[in-house]
Amino acid sequence: MALQFELVTPEKLVRSDEAHMVVVPGVEGDFGVMEGHAPFMTTLKDGAIEIYASAGSEPERIAVSGGFAEVGDKGLTILAESIEG
Amino acid sequence: MASLKDLKLRINSVKSTQKITKAMKMVAAAKLRRATERAEAGRPYATRLQSVVSSLASRITVGPQSPKLIAGTGKDETHLIIVATADKGLAGAFSGNIVKAARAKAEELIADGREVYFYVVGRKSRPILNRFFPGKIIGQHDTSAIKNPAYSDAQAIADDIIDRFESGRFDVAHLAYAEFKSTLSQVPQVDQLIPVVPAEADEGKGASAAVEYEPGEEEILADLLPKNVAIQIYRAMLENQAGFYGSQMTAMDNATRNAGDMINKLSIRYNRQRQAAITTELVEIISGAEAL
Repeated sequence: MALQFELVTPEKLVRSDEAHMVVVPGVEGDFGVMEGHAPFMTTLKDGAIEIYASAGSEPERIAVSGGFAEVGDKGLTILAESIEG
Repeated sequence: MASLKDLKLRINSVKSTQKITKAMKMVAAAKLRRATERAEAGRPYATRLQSVVSSLASRITVGPQSPKLIAGTGKDETHLIIVATADKGLAGAFSGNIVKAARAKAEELIADGREVYFYVVGRKSRPILNRFFPGKIIGQHDTSAIKNPAYSDAQAIADDIIDRFESGRFDVAHLAYAEFKSTLSQVPQVDQLIPVVPAEADEGKGASAAVEYEPGEEEILADLLPKNVAIQIYRAMLENQAGFYGSQMTAMDNATRNAGDMINKLSIRYNRQRQAAITTELVEIISGAEAL
């Protein structure tokens, strides 16, 4: 029941973790990704990704700007241009 | 036989060489640490981006509308090898090894009847390539003024390469650089850069699943593909930078040690000769005194 997700910027690998759900600010609207999501590819708008470690838990927020998100067989990969904090 | 004075001069000159190589080693060691950090920090992004792009390439259905960077030009005749090396020497066989790998690739392609051109990043590969493949260098990017490669440099190279690709100057591009494994080991690599190499499709699944794109496939690919080229070049430059300092450190360490050995040998010779001279002088004095 866990989603593999990775957050990388050109400077470093920020997170490589498992989560219940991750909400990503896509250019055409925020979307949540859980395990088994269909293949999906989008550019990001500036905003915050929200990481829900388990169902119903408080989300952890990381502000990102620019970049791409890809959902594939291996999980969610967020290639952000930069992050804040 | 060299006189005492000559020997003394030689010892002094080797000593000053040793001082220089020792200083260079320490400078390289200090720079190596920062370059290594940069190379290692940049790696995850480059590999993730590469895997995203190649998994896209394996799923995309290639049509006439597909971007050329992913679909190729439909031909496989003219190859461009981007050879990224260092600008300076005094780093052992570092640049030489990269050029050797590039040459091997080029000869393999030529043997298959392909046309091969070179694009040179960094100064060190130019003379060697010119000797073996005269007139085949179609472009170069001077990095000698750059201390630490920045993304904008890689971007400039990528733009130049993509321009040439769009105007049909070549069909396939390879990138030759050295992967930084450790201070002692840099492995020369020749990777295909354009068109994207599709990932091996997993058996039975994934390959058939359609990918949804937002805003649209074309917009994303138009953005993503040139970026991937630039990032891969950037990564090669960072790896090279770290590898160069690692190699230079090792080379300078060897040179310092060799200079030490040489000083020892010369000192022994110097002392022997000095003693011989003293003995001769003593014999002369004693025999002179005895004659009285």
